[in-house]
Amino acid sequence: MSAVLSEAAAVVAPRLGRLEDVSKTFANGTVALTGVNLEIRRGEFLSLLGPSGCGKSTILRLLADLTSPSAGWINWSEKEHELGFVFQEPTLMPWANVFNNVWLPLRLKGQSRASAEPAIREALAKVGLSGFAKAYPRELSGGMKMRVSIARALVTRPALLLMDEPFAALDEITRNKLNDDLVALKVELGATVVFVTHSVYESVYLSDRIVVMAPRPGRVVAEIEIPAPLPRDEDFRLSPLYAERCRETSAALHQAMDMETKGASH
Amino acid sequence: MNARQVRRYVLPTLALLVALGAWEAVVRVNDIQPVILPAPSLIAKTLVSDWSILFRSLLVTLRITVEALVAATLGGTLAALAFARFKWLEEAIFPFAVIMQVTPVVAIAPLLLVYFDSGGAVLVCSFLVAFFPILSNTALGLSSVDHNLLDLFQLYRASGGRQLLWLRVPSALPYFLGGLRIGGGLALIGAIVAEIAAGSAGQGSGLAFRIIESGYRLNIPRMFAALVLISLTGVAIYLALSALSYLLLHRWHDSARNRER
Repeated sequence: MSAVLSEAAAVVAPRLGRLEDVSKTFANGTVALTGVNLEIRRGEFLSLLGPSGCGKSTILRLLADLTSPSAGWINWSEKEHELGFVFQEPTLMPWANVFNNVWLPLRLKGQSRASAEPAIREALAKVGLSGFAKAYPRELSGGMKMRVSIARALVTRPALLLMDEPFAALDEITRNKLNDDLVALKVELGATVVFVTHSVYESVYLSDRIVVMAPRPGRVVAEIEIPAPLPRDEDFRLSPLYAERCRETSAALHQAMDMETKGASH
Repeated sequence: MNARQVRRYVLPTLALLVALGAWEAVVRVNDIQPVILPAPSLIAKTLVSDWSILFRSLLVTLRITVEALVAATLGGTLAALAFARFKWLEEAIFPFAVIMQVTPVVAIAPLLLVYFDSGGAVLVCSFLVAFFPILSNTALGLSSVDHNLLDLFQLYRASGGRQLLWLRVPSALPYFLGGLRIGGGLALIGAIVAEIAAGSAGQGSGLAFRIIESGYRLNIPRMFAALVLISLTGVAIYLALSALSYLLLHRWHDSARNRER
Protein backbone atom coordinates (compact mmCIF):
# COMPACT_ATOMS: atom_id res chain seq x y z
CA MET A 1 0.00 0.00 0.00
CA SER A 2 2.72 2.43 0.89
CA ALA A 3 4.42 1.75 -2.45
CA VAL A 4 1.29 2.83 -4.31
CA LEU A 5 1.05 5.97 -2.25
CA SER A 6 4.67 6.94 -2.80
CA GLU A 7 4.28 6.65 -6.56
CA ALA A 8 1.22 8.87 -6.41
CA ALA A 9 3.03 11.44 -4.32
CA ALA A 10 6.09 11.35 -6.55
CA VAL A 11 3.99 12.84 -9.33
CA VAL A 12 3.02 15.74 -7.08
CA ALA A 13 6.42 16.46 -5.51
CA PRO A 14 9.50 16.68 -7.73
CA ARG A 15 12.61 14.94 -6.52
CA LEU A 16 15.29 16.87 -4.65
CA GLY A 17 17.73 14.02 -4.39
CA ARG A 18 18.03 10.29 -4.29
CA LEU A 19 20.27 7.80 -2.55
CA GLU A 20 21.04 5.06 -5.07
CA ASP A 21 21.99 1.73 -3.55
CA VAL A 22 24.08 3.46 -0.91
CA SER A 23 26.23 1.45 1.48
CA LYS A 24 28.51 2.77 4.16
CA THR A 25 31.15 0.75 5.99
CA PHE A 26 33.24 2.50 8.62
CA ALA A 27 36.99 2.07 8.91
CA ASN A 28 36.52 -0.29 11.89
CA GLY A 29 34.45 -2.64 9.72
CA THR A 30 31.02 -1.66 11.06
CA VAL A 31 28.43 -1.76 8.30
CA ALA A 32 26.30 1.34 8.97
CA LEU A 33 24.18 1.14 5.83
CA THR A 34 23.63 -1.42 3.14
CA GLY A 35 21.83 -1.02 -0.19
CA VAL A 36 19.77 2.02 0.77
CA ASN A 37 17.53 3.49 -1.91
CA LEU A 38 15.82 6.60 -0.71
CA GLU A 39 14.18 9.47 -2.50
CA ILE A 40 13.92 12.92 -1.00
CA ARG A 41 11.12 14.99 -2.44
CA ARG A 42 11.18 18.72 -2.68
CA GLY A 43 9.29 20.40 0.13
CA GLU A 44 8.43 17.27 2.10
CA PHE A 45 8.89 16.64 5.79
CA LEU A 46 10.61 13.26 5.84
CA SER A 47 11.32 11.39 9.06
CA LEU A 48 13.91 8.65 9.41
CA LEU A 49 12.72 6.36 12.19
CA GLY A 50 14.46 3.38 13.70
CA PRO A 51 16.26 1.94 16.70
CA SER A 52 19.78 3.10 17.49
CA GLY A 53 22.44 1.73 15.18
CA CYS A 54 20.18 1.70 12.11
CA GLY A 55 22.22 4.34 10.28
CA LYS A 56 19.72 7.24 10.49
CA SER A 57 22.40 9.70 11.44
CA THR A 58 24.76 8.30 8.82
CA ILE A 59 22.17 9.11 6.16
CA LEU A 60 22.07 12.71 7.39
CA ARG A 61 25.85 12.92 7.32
CA LEU A 62 25.86 11.54 3.78
CA LEU A 63 23.25 14.09 2.70
CA ALA A 64 25.36 16.85 4.29
CA ASP A 65 28.48 15.58 2.50
CA LEU A 66 30.20 15.18 5.87
CA THR A 67 31.01 11.63 4.83
CA SER A 68 30.85 9.78 1.53
CA PRO A 69 29.26 6.45 0.63
CA SER A 70 31.45 3.32 0.44
CA ALA A 71 29.29 2.15 -2.45
CA GLY A 72 26.46 3.65 -4.45
CA TRP A 73 25.92 7.37 -4.91
CA ILE A 74 23.65 10.31 -4.21
CA ASN A 75 21.92 12.02 -7.12
CA TRP A 76 20.96 15.62 -6.57
CA SER A 77 18.56 17.32 -8.97
CA GLU A 78 20.51 20.57 -8.55
CA LYS A 79 24.26 20.96 -8.37
CA GLU A 80 24.25 23.28 -5.38
CA HIS A 81 21.72 23.72 -2.68
CA GLU A 82 21.87 25.51 0.61
CA LEU A 83 22.03 23.16 3.61
CA GLY A 84 21.10 23.57 7.23
CA PHE A 85 22.07 21.07 9.94
CA VAL A 86 20.68 20.85 13.46
CA PHE A 87 22.45 18.45 15.80
CA GLN A 88 21.10 16.56 18.78
CA GLU A 89 22.87 19.07 21.05
CA PRO A 90 22.57 22.81 20.43
CA THR A 91 26.26 22.85 19.35
CA LEU A 92 26.69 26.57 19.93
CA MET A 93 30.02 28.32 20.36
CA PRO A 94 29.97 29.14 24.09
CA TRP A 95 32.34 32.10 23.68
CA ALA A 96 30.06 33.83 21.17
CA ASN A 97 26.73 35.50 21.94
CA VAL A 98 23.51 34.50 20.20
CA PHE A 99 23.96 37.05 17.42
CA ASN A 100 27.48 35.88 16.59
CA ASN A 101 26.46 32.23 16.73
CA VAL A 102 23.72 32.82 14.17
CA TRP A 103 26.08 34.96 12.11
CA LEU A 104 28.58 32.09 11.74
CA PRO A 105 27.23 30.43 8.54
CA LEU A 106 26.97 33.79 6.78
CA ARG A 107 30.33 34.91 8.14
CA LEU A 108 31.92 31.77 6.72
CA LYS A 109 30.38 32.75 3.38
CA GLY A 110 32.16 36.08 3.65
CA GLN A 111 29.29 38.29 4.81
CA SER A 112 30.16 41.20 7.06
CA ARG A 113 28.30 41.78 10.31
CA ALA A 114 26.38 44.70 8.81
CA SER A 115 25.31 42.91 5.64
CA ALA A 116 24.32 39.77 7.57
CA GLU A 117 22.42 41.62 10.28
CA PRO A 118 18.95 41.73 8.62
CA ALA A 119 19.05 37.98 7.94
CA ILE A 120 20.21 37.28 11.51
CA ARG A 121 17.47 39.47 13.03
CA GLU A 122 14.90 37.74 10.83
CA ALA A 123 16.08 34.26 11.78
CA LEU A 124 16.04 35.15 15.48
CA ALA A 125 12.55 36.62 15.14
CA LYS A 126 11.35 33.43 13.44
CA VAL A 127 12.44 31.28 16.37
CA GLY A 128 11.08 33.78 18.89
CA LEU A 129 14.41 35.03 20.25
CA SER A 130 14.41 38.64 19.08
CA GLY A 131 15.36 40.01 22.49
CA PHE A 132 18.25 37.64 23.07
CA ALA A 133 20.85 38.64 20.46
CA LYS A 134 23.35 39.68 23.11
CA ALA A 135 22.82 36.72 25.45
CA TYR A 136 25.46 34.03 25.78
CA PRO A 137 24.51 30.34 25.36
CA ARG A 138 25.36 29.78 29.03
CA GLU A 139 22.52 32.11 29.99
CA LEU A 140 19.83 30.29 27.99
CA SER A 141 17.62 27.31 28.78
CA GLY A 142 17.96 24.06 26.83
CA GLY A 143 14.95 24.88 24.65
CA MET A 144 16.22 28.38 23.89
CA LYS A 145 19.66 27.04 22.94
CA MET A 146 17.94 24.66 20.52
CA ARG A 147 16.05 27.63 19.05
CA VAL A 148 19.36 29.44 18.49
CA SER A 149 20.65 26.33 16.78
CA ILE A 150 17.59 26.31 14.49
CA ALA A 151 17.98 30.05 13.78
CA ARG A 152 21.59 29.38 12.78
CA ALA A 153 20.48 26.61 10.43
CA LEU A 154 17.76 28.82 8.90
CA VAL A 155 19.85 31.96 8.45
CA THR A 156 21.16 30.82 5.06
CA ARG A 157 17.58 30.05 3.91
CA PRO A 158 18.43 26.39 3.25
CA ALA A 159 16.58 24.34 0.65
CA LEU A 160 17.30 21.25 2.73
CA LEU A 161 17.20 21.18 6.51
CA LEU A 162 18.77 18.14 8.17
CA MET A 163 17.88 17.49 11.80
CA ASP A 164 19.43 14.77 13.93
CA GLU A 165 17.06 14.06 16.86
CA PRO A 166 17.14 17.75 17.61
CA PHE A 167 14.78 17.82 20.58
CA ALA A 168 15.56 14.43 22.13
CA ALA A 169 17.21 15.95 25.19
CA LEU A 170 14.34 18.33 25.96
CA ASP A 171 11.30 17.85 28.18
CA GLU A 172 8.06 16.89 26.48
CA ILE A 173 6.31 20.26 26.83
CA THR A 174 9.24 22.12 25.29
CA ARG A 175 9.62 19.45 22.62
CA ASN A 176 5.98 19.66 21.52
CA LYS A 177 6.16 23.44 21.31
CA LEU A 178 9.39 23.33 19.28
CA ASN A 179 7.96 20.68 16.98
CA ASP A 180 4.92 22.87 16.24
CA ASP A 181 7.13 25.90 15.66
CA LEU A 182 9.44 23.88 13.45
CA VAL A 183 6.61 22.71 11.19
CA ALA A 184 5.21 26.24 10.96
CA LEU A 185 8.67 27.52 9.92
CA LYS A 186 9.12 24.74 7.43
CA VAL A 187 5.77 25.55 5.81
CA GLU A 188 6.59 29.27 5.77
CA LEU A 189 10.03 28.74 4.19
CA GLY A 190 8.99 25.91 1.89
CA ALA A 191 12.11 23.99 2.90
CA THR A 192 12.61 20.26 2.67
CA VAL A 193 13.22 18.68 6.07
CA VAL A 194 14.88 15.35 6.80
CA PHE A 195 14.29 14.62 10.48
CA VAL A 196 15.86 11.78 12.44
CA THR A 197 13.85 10.52 15.39
CA HIS A 198 13.18 7.40 17.41
CA SER A 199 9.68 8.43 18.46
CA VAL A 200 6.77 6.90 16.53
CA TYR A 201 4.29 9.56 17.71
CA GLU A 202 6.57 12.46 16.94
CA SER A 203 7.28 11.17 13.45
CA VAL A 204 3.61 10.57 12.61
CA TYR A 205 2.61 13.98 13.92
CA LEU A 206 5.32 15.85 12.02
CA SER A 207 5.91 14.05 8.75
CA ASP A 208 4.57 13.82 5.25
CA ARG A 209 6.45 10.55 5.00
CA ILE A 210 8.23 8.20 7.37
CA VAL A 211 11.05 5.87 6.40
CA VAL A 212 11.43 3.04 8.90
CA MET A 213 14.91 1.55 9.19
CA ALA A 214 16.32 -1.64 10.69
CA PRO A 215 19.74 -1.89 12.32
CA ARG A 216 22.90 -3.97 11.85
CA PRO A 217 23.26 -3.48 9.01
CA GLY A 218 21.23 -0.31 8.57
CA ARG A 219 18.62 -0.55 5.86
CA VAL A 220 15.20 0.76 4.86
CA VAL A 221 12.35 -1.61 5.71
CA ALA A 222 9.17 0.45 5.23
CA GLU A 223 7.85 3.74 3.95
CA ILE A 224 4.68 5.25 5.35
CA GLU A 225 2.84 8.25 3.92
CA ILE A 226 0.75 10.54 6.09
CA PRO A 227 -1.54 12.38 3.68
CA ALA A 228 -2.61 15.29 5.87
CA PRO A 229 -1.58 18.89 5.26
CA LEU A 230 1.08 20.59 7.43
CA PRO A 231 0.96 22.30 9.86
CA ARG A 232 -1.16 20.06 12.03
CA ASP A 233 -2.75 20.81 15.37
CA GLU A 234 -3.82 18.91 18.47
CA ASP A 235 -7.01 17.78 16.69
CA PHE A 236 -4.84 15.76 14.33
CA ARG A 237 -3.68 13.68 17.28
CA LEU A 238 -7.34 12.64 17.77
CA SER A 239 -7.99 11.78 14.12
CA PRO A 240 -8.42 8.18 12.86
CA LEU A 241 -5.62 8.78 10.35
CA TYR A 242 -3.17 9.59 13.18
CA ALA A 243 -4.16 6.50 15.17
CA GLU A 244 -3.96 4.24 12.15
CA ARG A 245 -0.57 5.55 11.02
CA CYS A 246 0.80 5.29 14.55
CA ARG A 247 -0.24 1.65 14.64
CA GLU A 248 1.20 1.01 11.21
CA THR A 249 4.48 2.78 11.99
CA SER A 250 4.77 1.08 15.35
CA ALA A 251 4.24 -2.32 13.72
CA ALA A 252 6.91 -1.55 11.09
CA LEU A 253 9.32 -0.49 13.82
CA HIS A 254 8.71 -3.68 15.80
CA GLN A 255 9.26 -5.70 12.66
CA ALA A 256 12.53 -3.85 12.14
CA MET A 257 13.67 -4.68 15.64
CA ASP A 258 12.62 -8.34 15.24
CA MET A 259 14.84 -8.50 12.17
CA GLU A 260 17.70 -7.47 14.40
CA THR A 261 17.09 -10.21 16.97
CA LYS A 262 16.86 -12.77 14.19
CA GLY A 263 19.98 -11.37 12.59
CA ALA A 264 21.81 -11.59 15.91
CA SER A 265 20.91 -15.26 16.44
CA HIS A 266 22.75 -16.28 13.25
CA MET B 1 29.35 43.16 52.10
CA ASN B 2 27.29 40.13 52.94
CA ALA B 3 28.23 37.45 55.43
CA ARG B 4 29.93 35.24 52.87
CA GLN B 5 32.17 38.05 51.60
CA VAL B 6 33.06 39.03 55.16
CA ARG B 7 34.07 35.48 55.84
CA ARG B 8 36.04 35.28 52.62
CA TYR B 9 38.23 38.32 53.31
CA VAL B 10 38.12 38.89 57.06
CA LEU B 11 38.74 35.33 58.15
CA PRO B 12 42.08 34.78 56.34
CA THR B 13 43.25 38.27 57.35
CA LEU B 14 42.49 37.54 60.99
CA ALA B 15 44.21 34.17 60.77
CA LEU B 16 47.32 35.82 59.31
CA LEU B 17 47.39 38.49 62.04
CA VAL B 18 46.96 35.88 64.77
CA ALA B 19 49.82 33.81 63.31
CA LEU B 20 52.12 36.86 63.08
CA GLY B 21 51.16 37.87 66.62
CA ALA B 22 51.93 34.42 67.96
CA TRP B 23 55.27 34.43 66.11
CA GLU B 24 56.14 37.84 67.56
CA ALA B 25 55.12 36.68 71.07
CA VAL B 26 57.13 33.46 70.89
CA VAL B 27 60.27 35.37 69.82
CA ARG B 28 59.89 38.04 72.52
CA VAL B 29 58.87 35.76 75.40
CA ASN B 30 61.69 33.28 74.75
CA ASP B 31 64.12 36.02 73.77
CA ILE B 32 65.09 34.20 70.57
CA GLN B 33 68.06 35.79 68.78
CA PRO B 34 67.39 37.31 65.32
CA VAL B 35 70.10 35.08 63.86
CA ILE B 36 67.93 32.06 64.74
CA LEU B 37 64.45 33.46 64.17
CA PRO B 38 63.74 37.17 63.62
CA ALA B 39 60.42 38.57 64.80
CA PRO B 40 57.95 39.79 62.15
CA SER B 41 58.45 43.35 63.35
CA LEU B 42 62.21 43.06 62.73
CA ILE B 43 61.60 41.59 59.26
CA ALA B 44 59.34 44.54 58.48
CA LYS B 45 62.00 46.95 59.73
CA THR B 46 64.62 45.20 57.59
CA LEU B 47 62.36 45.45 54.57
CA VAL B 48 62.30 49.21 55.04
CA SER B 49 65.97 49.71 55.94
CA ASP B 50 67.31 47.40 53.18
CA TRP B 51 64.69 48.45 50.67
CA SER B 52 67.10 49.90 48.10
CA ILE B 53 69.13 46.67 47.89
CA LEU B 54 66.11 44.38 48.05
CA PHE B 55 64.11 46.40 45.54
CA ARG B 56 66.92 46.29 43.00
CA SER B 57 67.07 42.50 43.42
CA LEU B 58 63.30 42.24 43.18
CA LEU B 59 63.39 44.08 39.85
CA VAL B 60 66.06 41.69 38.55
CA THR B 61 64.05 38.61 39.54
CA LEU B 62 60.84 40.11 38.26
CA ARG B 63 62.38 41.04 34.92
CA ILE B 64 63.77 37.53 34.41
CA THR B 65 60.45 35.95 35.38
CA VAL B 66 58.41 38.15 33.07
CA GLU B 67 60.83 37.76 30.17
CA ALA B 68 60.86 33.99 30.60
CA LEU B 69 57.07 33.86 30.89
CA VAL B 70 56.56 35.96 27.77
CA ALA B 71 59.04 33.79 25.84
CA ALA B 72 57.41 30.60 27.15
CA THR B 73 53.94 31.90 26.27
CA LEU B 74 54.97 32.80 22.72
CA GLY B 75 57.01 29.62 22.27
CA GLY B 76 54.44 27.32 23.88
CA THR B 77 51.53 28.78 21.94
CA LEU B 78 53.34 28.72 18.60
CA ALA B 79 54.51 25.15 19.18
CA ALA B 80 50.98 24.10 20.14
CA LEU B 81 49.59 25.74 16.99
CA ALA B 82 52.22 23.97 14.89
CA PHE B 83 51.36 20.67 16.60
CA ALA B 84 47.65 21.21 15.90
CA ARG B 85 48.40 21.92 12.23
CA PHE B 86 50.94 19.15 11.66
CA LYS B 87 50.22 16.02 13.67
CA TRP B 88 53.55 14.43 12.66
CA LEU B 89 55.40 17.36 14.20
CA GLU B 90 53.70 16.71 17.54
CA GLU B 91 54.54 13.03 17.38
CA ALA B 92 58.16 13.83 16.56
CA ILE B 93 58.80 16.64 19.05
CA PHE B 94 56.51 16.03 22.00
CA PRO B 95 58.75 13.38 23.62
CA PHE B 96 61.56 15.96 23.78
CA ALA B 97 59.26 18.40 25.52
CA VAL B 98 58.35 15.69 28.05
CA ILE B 99 62.01 14.84 28.69
CA MET B 100 62.76 18.50 29.22
CA GLN B 101 59.87 18.76 31.63
CA VAL B 102 60.55 15.69 33.76
CA THR B 103 64.25 16.45 34.19
CA PRO B 104 64.48 18.59 37.36
CA VAL B 105 65.53 22.11 36.54
CA VAL B 106 68.10 22.11 39.38
CA ALA B 107 69.90 19.31 37.58
CA ILE B 108 70.00 21.17 34.28
CA ALA B 109 71.10 24.51 35.72
CA PRO B 110 74.84 23.68 36.17
CA LEU B 111 74.98 22.50 32.57
CA LEU B 112 73.34 25.68 31.34
CA LEU B 113 75.98 27.66 33.22
CA VAL B 114 78.57 26.04 30.98
CA TYR B 115 76.90 27.43 27.87
CA PHE B 116 75.46 30.75 29.04
CA ASP B 117 76.52 33.53 31.35
CA SER B 118 74.68 33.37 34.65
CA GLY B 119 71.95 35.81 33.58
CA GLY B 120 71.30 33.85 30.40
CA ALA B 121 71.27 30.53 32.25
CA VAL B 122 68.71 31.78 34.75
CA LEU B 123 66.50 33.05 31.95
CA VAL B 124 66.71 29.76 30.04
CA CYS B 125 65.94 27.75 33.20
CA SER B 126 62.93 29.86 33.97
CA PHE B 127 61.77 29.56 30.36
CA LEU B 128 62.18 25.77 30.34
CA VAL B 129 59.92 25.17 33.35
CA ALA B 130 57.23 27.62 32.21
CA PHE B 131 57.22 26.43 28.60
CA PHE B 132 55.85 22.92 29.07
CA PRO B 133 52.57 23.57 30.93
CA ILE B 134 51.69 26.27 28.42
CA LEU B 135 52.53 24.02 25.49
CA SER B 136 50.74 20.92 26.74
CA ASN B 137 47.64 22.75 27.95
CA THR B 138 47.30 24.75 24.74
CA ALA B 139 47.87 21.66 22.61
CA LEU B 140 45.19 19.82 24.59
CA GLY B 141 42.82 22.77 24.19
CA LEU B 142 43.39 23.03 20.45
CA SER B 143 42.44 19.38 20.01
CA SER B 144 39.51 19.44 22.46
CA VAL B 145 37.01 20.92 20.04
CA ASP B 146 33.33 19.92 19.94
CA HIS B 147 33.14 17.45 17.03
CA ASN B 148 29.73 18.73 16.00
CA LEU B 149 31.14 22.24 15.69
CA LEU B 150 33.92 20.83 13.51
CA ASP B 151 31.21 19.20 11.36
CA LEU B 152 29.39 22.51 11.18
CA PHE B 153 32.51 24.31 9.98
CA GLN B 154 33.06 21.58 7.39
CA LEU B 155 29.43 21.82 6.31
CA TYR B 156 29.82 25.52 5.58
CA ARG B 157 33.16 24.81 3.86
CA ALA B 158 35.28 26.81 6.29
CA SER B 159 38.97 27.03 5.38
CA GLY B 160 41.56 25.50 7.70
CA GLY B 161 42.70 28.95 8.77
CA ARG B 162 39.21 30.06 9.79
CA GLN B 163 38.57 26.80 11.56
CA LEU B 164 41.74 27.41 13.56
CA LEU B 165 41.06 31.06 14.28
CA TRP B 166 37.31 30.98 14.92
CA LEU B 167 36.94 27.53 16.44
CA ARG B 168 40.11 25.94 17.76
CA VAL B 169 41.69 29.04 19.26
CA PRO B 170 38.64 30.12 21.30
CA SER B 171 38.05 26.50 22.35
CA ALA B 172 41.64 26.35 23.58
CA LEU B 173 41.53 29.65 25.45
CA PRO B 174 40.45 28.26 28.88
CA TYR B 175 43.11 25.54 28.64
CA PHE B 176 45.76 28.08 27.60
CA LEU B 177 44.91 30.35 30.51
CA GLY B 178 45.14 27.40 32.90
CA GLY B 179 48.59 26.61 31.50
CA LEU B 180 49.59 30.25 31.76
CA ARG B 181 48.66 30.36 35.44
CA ILE B 182 50.78 27.28 36.15
CA GLY B 183 53.57 28.60 33.93
CA GLY B 184 53.57 31.97 35.70
CA GLY B 185 54.22 30.35 39.07
CA LEU B 186 56.81 28.00 37.61
CA ALA B 187 58.68 30.83 35.84
CA LEU B 188 59.33 32.45 39.21
CA ILE B 189 60.37 29.14 40.76
CA GLY B 190 62.64 28.47 37.77
CA ALA B 191 64.27 31.88 38.08
CA ILE B 192 64.92 31.43 41.81
CA VAL B 193 66.13 27.83 41.55
CA ALA B 194 68.50 28.64 38.69
CA GLU B 195 69.98 31.59 40.52
CA ILE B 196 70.56 29.46 43.61
CA ALA B 197 72.16 26.76 41.46
CA ALA B 198 74.31 29.41 39.79
CA GLY B 199 75.21 30.42 43.36
CA SER B 200 78.95 30.86 43.57
CA ALA B 201 79.39 30.86 39.80
CA GLY B 202 77.02 33.75 39.24
CA GLN B 203 77.36 37.42 39.87
CA GLY B 204 73.58 37.47 39.97
CA SER B 205 71.78 40.05 42.00
CA GLY B 206 68.25 38.69 42.09
CA LEU B 207 66.34 37.87 45.26
CA ALA B 208 67.70 34.30 45.37
CA PHE B 209 71.23 35.72 45.35
CA ARG B 210 70.29 37.99 48.27
CA ILE B 211 69.07 34.93 50.17
CA ILE B 212 72.33 33.04 49.65
CA GLU B 213 74.37 36.15 50.44
CA SER B 214 72.36 36.80 53.62
CA GLY B 215 72.88 33.17 54.61
CA TYR B 216 76.65 33.53 54.32
CA ARG B 217 76.57 36.74 56.32
CA LEU B 218 74.15 35.32 58.91
CA ASN B 219 71.86 38.25 58.13
CA ILE B 220 68.73 36.19 58.77
CA PRO B 221 66.27 39.13 58.95
CA ARG B 222 67.24 40.15 55.41
CA MET B 223 66.91 36.53 54.30
CA PHE B 224 63.34 36.55 55.61
CA ALA B 225 62.68 39.91 54.00
CA ALA B 226 63.83 38.56 50.60
CA LEU B 227 61.65 35.49 51.17
CA VAL B 228 58.63 37.71 51.86
CA LEU B 229 59.26 39.59 48.60
CA ILE B 230 59.50 36.33 46.63
CA SER B 231 56.21 35.12 48.10
CA LEU B 232 54.51 38.42 47.36
CA THR B 233 55.84 38.31 43.79
CA GLY B 234 54.39 34.82 43.35
CA VAL B 235 51.05 35.92 44.74
CA ALA B 236 51.03 39.01 42.49
CA ILE B 237 51.76 36.91 39.39
CA TYR B 238 49.00 34.48 40.32
CA LEU B 239 46.48 37.26 40.97
CA ALA B 240 47.35 39.07 37.74
CA LEU B 241 46.94 35.92 35.64
CA SER B 242 43.72 34.99 37.46
CA ALA B 243 42.36 38.45 36.73
CA LEU B 244 43.30 38.05 33.06
CA SER B 245 41.56 34.68 33.03
CA TYR B 246 38.44 36.15 34.60
CA LEU B 247 38.39 39.05 32.15
CA LEU B 248 38.56 36.77 29.13
CA LEU B 249 36.26 33.99 30.35
CA HIS B 250 33.67 35.35 32.76
CA ARG B 251 31.01 35.86 30.11
CA TRP B 252 30.97 32.30 28.89
CA HIS B 253 33.11 29.74 30.64
CA ASP B 254 31.91 27.67 33.61
CA SER B 255 35.26 27.97 35.39
CA ALA B 256 34.86 31.74 35.78
CA ARG B 257 31.25 31.78 36.91
CA ASN B 258 29.62 31.37 40.25
CA ARG B 259 27.38 28.38 40.56
CA GLU B 260 23.75 29.35 40.98
CA ARG B 261 22.43 28.44 44.38
